[in-house]
Amino acid sequence: MTRGMAVDRDDRRVWAIIGAVVVLGLLFIPLSQALFGLRYTYTVRVVALGGAVLGLISGALGSFAVLRRESLLGDALSHAALPGVAVAFLLAGRELSALLIGAGAASWLGLRFSAALLATTRIKRDAALGIVLASWFAAGIALLAYIQSIPDASQAGLDHFIFGQAAAIIESDVRLVSGVGLVVLLALALFWKEFKLVTFDAEFAAANGFRTGVVNTALSTLIVITIVLGLQLAGVILMVGMLIAPGIAARQWTRKLEQMVALAALFGAFAGGVGAVISALDSDIPTGPMIIVVAFVLVLMSLAFAPERGLVWRRLRQRANRREFAARNTLRDLHRYALAHGGADSPVPDEFIRGVANRSAGLGLSELRGDGFLTQSAEGWRLSQSGIERARRDQRNQRLWEAYRLHAHELGLPNVAEERERDIASILGGEAVARLERRMPRSADA
Amino acid sequence: MGVEPAMRTRNDLALSIDDLTVAYHEKPAIWDIDLDVPAGVLMGVVGPNGAGKSTLIKAALNLIPRAAGTVSFYGKPYEAARSLVGYVPQRGSVDWDFPTSALDVVTMGLYGKLGWFRRPGRAERALALAALDQVGLADFAGRQISQLSGGQQQRTFLARALVQDAQIYFMDEPFAAVDAVTENAIVGILRELNQRGKTVLVVHHDLQTVREYFDWVALLNVEVIAAGPTAEAFTLENLRKTYGGRVSSLHGGQLLAAGAP
Repeated sequence: MTRGMAVDRDDRRVWAIIGAVVVLGLLFIPLSQALFGLRYTYTVRVVALGGAVLGLISGALGSFAVLRRESLLGDALSHAALPGVAVAFLLAGRELSALLIGAGAASWLGLRFSAALLATTRIKRDAALGIVLASWFAAGIALLAYIQSIPDASQAGLDHFIFGQAAAIIESDVRLVSGVGLVVLLALALFWKEFKLVTFDAEFAAANGFRTGVVNTALSTLIVITIVLGLQLAGVILMVGMLIAPGIAARQWTRKLEQMVALAALFGAFAGGVGAVISALDSDIPTGPMIIVVAFVLVLMSLAFAPERGLVWRRLRQRANRREFAARNTLRDLHRYALAHGGADSPVPDEFIRGVANRSAGLGLSELRGDGFLTQSAEGWRLSQSGIERARRDQRNQRLWEAYRLHAHELGLPNVAEERERDIASILGGEAVARLERRMPRSADA
Repeated sequence: MGVEPAMRTRNDLALSIDDLTVAYHEKPAIWDIDLDVPAGVLMGVVGPNGAGKSTLIKAALNLIPRAAGTVSFYGKPYEAARSLVGYVPQRGSVDWDFPTSALDVVTMGLYGKLGWFRRPGRAERALALAALDQVGLADFAGRQISQLSGGQQQRTFLARALVQDAQIYFMDEPFAAVDAVTENAIVGILRELNQRGKTVLVVHHDLQTVREYFDWVALLNVEVIAAGPTAEAFTLENLRKTYGGRVSSLHGGQLLAAGAP
């Protein structure tokens, strides 16, 4: 039952963050109108939609790149697309679908080349990817320089593929991206189980008859398609950020793969849409960097504030734990001393308790006093009735855990992790505790 | 196409390995392995580090390419016998920070039966939950796997193999870095599998417990040094051949004493 509640709480948290991002996204529209005087003209709406759709797709696919530790692969693949854009331009002119097919082909060739390097040489994976990234990108830059030297007006804007330029996006582009993107997402849904298994445990997948080569190629191909779709907007250099940043942010908020992917898609859509709109303010602002800035803010916020994994949360919990342990230990020390000096409610000198554990005693005393477990008088600290009860309960709990360790096997009790700070009855149930009680070690001060 | 006469006699063998050699780059990791494992034994595979124990399992399961040799399960090649084979990889082989629950990991044991594209449903989850219960982790079904202790993670892997409902199980160091409680729990499960007529092959490190845990043993150091019933194969002589001089000075007499009735 507690388990069910914990799961519900996790799910609620994900819904809360989904709601927050949606509200932020909606708020951004009037806010940008008021602050920047941005007018949501047809062009801006197209750009915003394009950015959002792209972010959605790359966030979803990028989650897998993050989990598979393939950020470098994503980076190499997007850089490797550039020569394809140039070659396609030389062959077919400035036709977007042709440029994207060229980009995809070059990227895919880069992928195969690095795979071939890995299979036939002893070069390590990161080096193989690094060499593909650098050489393909270099070829792309050289070809672009050559194209720029050709006297032909239509090559203008080809270098936008380096950093991305939303202003160049028109409605038909958005339609193309949405159509292909939908196919990519459907493929992701279709291969969901296989992608998950291969990402988590490829060896086990292979042992169960899944052709991991096929699954990996399918996933890589989807990632290549996603990269290609994003090139016009984000550019080859920064596309990797659009791919992985939403996944990194999403991972902080959830423990479930499907939630992570959904959240990454949402974060991606937010970053893509907002970033594209900001860059549309002025044709000199490149779109890729703007999207990445927004995505990076999401990453930072998530790393800092996400419950459990977030930095702020972890710090707070560490402090709470420290106080809790200090209180527990101090209570135990007070109780023991009092019992040995006349009874549970006899006073304990301040020097004694601070002498035992100076720093944590101070922390523990203030915590215990806040809980009403003790009072201070001239003679020292005195446990209140509730403090004595609490101390007895803690003591009994510890003894039960000791008994559990010694006798669990012979009593046929279930095998649970010994979480000694937790109430044993809540873990094992009252019936088991009653049986343990009979085996409880006697202690001198009981 | 008729069945080869030699193959028919192998049907009572759960696992039959002939001339198996695997080489990483030029150096062989395992060399000319011949190993017959009768059905229904609980078998320990022991040998020093780098002896090729994991390699043997992976090569048998077609996870790494073989340089030479054939492997058959109940007389059938792996492709035909896949549903008869369960596998527990080393715990360290996966990223336990992967966003998924213990129940989900166990359900993965059924993906192979589901085949491509079919999704696990209620029936699969019930089977997975039963397997988790069998390893004493029913209460941890919803836990994120990074929040499980090492021993609990190992038991989750075991449950994932149990749910495969195989005839022969390959376990790669299930006892590595687990506490005594988990070790006992795992041994209990191995015995139960054994009683149900399953064949279990376990890569094992602790020579002290070999006689206690296993009724069949293979001593491996790139080649098979000895294989057979534990009482016959697990001798000081064979251990010396497997581990070199080290074993007599480290464990020798104590080992055999521990195994004596």
